[in-house]
Amino acid sequence: MNINATLIGEAIWFGVFIWITMKYVWPPLAKAMADRQKLIADGLAAGERGKNELELAAKRSADALRDAKAKAAEVIAAAEKRGAQMVEEAKLTAKVEADKVVVASKAEIAQLLEQARAELRDRVADLAVAGAERILKREVDAKAHAEMLVALKQEL
Amino acid sequence: MASGEALTTSGYIVHHLTNLTVGHGFWTVHLDTLIVSGLIGLFGFVGMAKLASKATSGVPGKMQSFVEMLVSFIDQQVKDTYHGKSPLITPLAITIFVWVLLMNAMDLIPVDFIPWVLSMGGVHFFKSVPTTDPNLTFGMSLTVFVMMIVMGFKVKGFGGFMHEVFTVPFGAKLAPVNLLFRLIEDVAKPISLSLRLFGNMYAGEMVFILIALLGLWQLPLALPWALFHILIITLQAFVFMMLTIVYMSMASESHG
Repeated sequence: MNINATLIGEAIWFGVFIWITMKYVWPPLAKAMADRQKLIADGLAAGERGKNELELAAKRSADALRDAKAKAAEVIAAAEKRGAQMVEEAKLTAKVEADKVVVASKAEIAQLLEQARAELRDRVADLAVAGAERILKREVDAKAHAEMLVALKQEL
Repeated sequence: MASGEALTTSGYIVHHLTNLTVGHGFWTVHLDTLIVSGLIGLFGFVGMAKLASKATSGVPGKMQSFVEMLVSFIDQQVKDTYHGKSPLITPLAITIFVWVLLMNAMDLIPVDFIPWVLSMGGVHFFKSVPTTDPNLTFGMSLTVFVMMIVMGFKVKGFGGFMHEVFTVPFGAKLAPVNLLFRLIEDVAKPISLSLRLFGNMYAGEMVFILIALLGLWQLPLALPWALFHILIITLQAFVFMMLTIVYMSMASESHG
């Protein structure tokens, strides 16, 4: 065990290596590690945020879906109601129209009946005149009896 | 192998424990220790610096992951133990751990290999494990000691430091006793730090040399000892680093 100048040399080496480590080894590595740590932390935070946003979006889409469904149901109900109403209206209109047609038909029938009656009256009058001519076997003045015939016609 | 003439057991051992020296007296320099520790250190730290200069905060490569793991492990140890603000402590701890670990690992190269290669180049003495040289361990521990003192002055100021030296732990009335205690405590730190590392590695190397003397029987023995020695290599590097951190934290915190 002989202590000599080697000690000084080794102390110098030691100093040189401490200097290298302090200047060129530790700071860049520490920085790289700290940066990576930050990067990872940011990434994790971003992931968390993304997850939250996804959850929010899912909730929003579920809400929108529910709203749309509710609205659709409303629209369908309104349409059904309207449809029923329209059918009612149509029925009503048809009934009114049918009534009108019935009334018009009845009027026409009545008119036709009247016409037929009038014709019939004329014919009956003629028949009566003819009958009377044959019965009386003489010339009857149609004009003289016209008045009586008209009165007869009125009676029919 | 020994230079050829007298291949005795003690001759072989002494040969393996002799440094390659230049100079006389105090100014003797152990070239082997200086060169091996320097080359290993340059390899380790310049390599790490190169890697660090290309370090990315994105997905790290395998080497970067490895170095980051090591470095952040050491940084965690520093954070757990040292509560001061000096930016020196983590680099210091990294330097100690990596350098001592690499130098200790030289122990795993078979004891005769490097001396044998170099003897062909005319170099007859070579101790290839720098940490078995007390000059290196004392060089490191005394540097740590100086840093410790400087740290004490920086954090507490001259007055605070002197106050602590003379009043802790028994109060101002027993100032001489306190001073004596403090001296023993502080002197014991670098000595225990360096002798622990030196003793462990020297003994480990010695066992390797003794195993190498067994001829063919060294094969089944060298492997388990080398495996066991991996533990010692790592442990001693860790202990040196950890104690340095503890001493630095003690120097920057109040004792009382």
